[in-house]
Amino acid sequence: MWSFYIEQLIHSLPFFLKGLWMTIAVSGLSLLAGTVIGFIWGILRASRSRFVKPLIGAWVDVVRGTPFLVQVFIIFFLLPEFGIQLEAFPAAVIALSNLAACFICEIVAAGIQAVPAGQREAATSTGLNGVQQLRYVILPQSMRIILPPLVGQFVLLIKDSSVVSAIGVMDVTRVGWLTVQRVPQGLLVFGLVAVLYFVICYPLIRISNSLEKRMSAGVTQNKM
Amino acid sequence: MLETFNFRVIIEYLPLFWSCFLATLWLSTAGLLGALVIGTLACGMRIGRYKPLAIAASAYIESIRSTPLLVQLFFFYFGLPSLGIRLSEATTGILALALNSGAYMAEIIRAGIQSISYGQVEAAVASGLNYFQRMRHIILPQAIGMTLPPMLGQAIVLVKDSALLSLISLPELTRAGQIMTSERFMPAEGFLTSALFYLLIYYILKGLTHWSQKRLIYMQT
Repeated sequence: MWSFYIEQLIHSLPFFLKGLWMTIAVSGLSLLAGTVIGFIWGILRASRSRFVKPLIGAWVDVVRGTPFLVQVFIIFFLLPEFGIQLEAFPAAVIALSNLAACFICEIVAAGIQAVPAGQREAATSTGLNGVQQLRYVILPQSMRIILPPLVGQFVLLIKDSSVVSAIGVMDVTRVGWLTVQRVPQGLLVFGLVAVLYFVICYPLIRISNSLEKRMSAGVTQNKM
Repeated sequence: MLETFNFRVIIEYLPLFWSCFLATLWLSTAGLLGALVIGTLACGMRIGRYKPLAIAASAYIESIRSTPLLVQLFFFYFGLPSLGIRLSEATTGILALALNSGAYMAEIIRAGIQSISYGQVEAAVASGLNYFQRMRHIILPQAIGMTLPPMLGQAIVLVKDSALLSLISLPELTRAGQIMTSERFMPAEGFLTSALFYLLIYYILKGLTHWSQKRLIYMQT
């Protein structure tokens, strides 16, 4: 019986790879958008602006305080009430990008705030303007703190992208869910799905860990 | 637009939301307790001297951290019956939550234990404290102080993760929103109300995290 099911699974392997491609597409697009928006929000959040800063803070709190599944449902069902009809795919990308932006915003803000104030003062006295300060002084130094959790965030994003299968995006989780209706061997089917996620996420986790080691080694060296 | 936003229906469904809110609390608490037990065990195995156990614990932690909770949940939900194990939805959900958070808990506990320098233990031995006194007065107070904030952070993640249990039709907060959507087709009202309840839990836990972080700084100085 098992060999029969395994054969069936091998037959539907292209289906799974298609789903994997969808997972990569959804999380890759959201990754790009989320990183760009997250950096902008993070820079604003670390700034001294009295209006934008609490606004972003409140939004980040709302997004971090509610389950991603609920966010997906709200975006998928609520935007049509404002006259914006969305397919499942763009709705998923919007929800994931927003989630990623909120987490990356916190990482970036923490990284910028970790740069000593003296650096900014020195940059100001050298005559650099705000953008130049960020570009040449603040960001290069804070990248050391930002980069390791950023890669870790990519892993979280890929894992969170499994949730958008609930609104019908044909990602690898959804493919597993559909396959298990035909091949009633949940262990095999979702074991395969888990392996596919593992193949992507595990190397990223290792990269994040080794980055963390390398970057923190640099910090201790500088202190000495 | 939202001029049709219907508060009367929300009030009508409030008892459902309240019972689902309690269900979310119950499921997350059960998951959290399970995660603490599993996390402590896995951490003990991982830093222990017995190699095969350490490898098994690492394999468990790494495979949980590299796969989504939803896949783990479906793995148990669809997989256990094919092994002949029949569990209720609630048990399956709690099992998946506890196993998932347990892996993260193990890492948090490990970081807490490793943050205590060995000199402290040596000093305690030199002053003649026995094992339990060392644990009680030297190691645990510091380790708990170190691990409490990230543990509360994990608790926040766990409460949010429990929303996925709605996908195996457990009656919890997100499910209440789904029920309202399917019975009245009012997704906006339903899911926004669920979100408010989640935010309530989030702000309470976040407040606790800040409080414990303040205590931690106080203890270190």
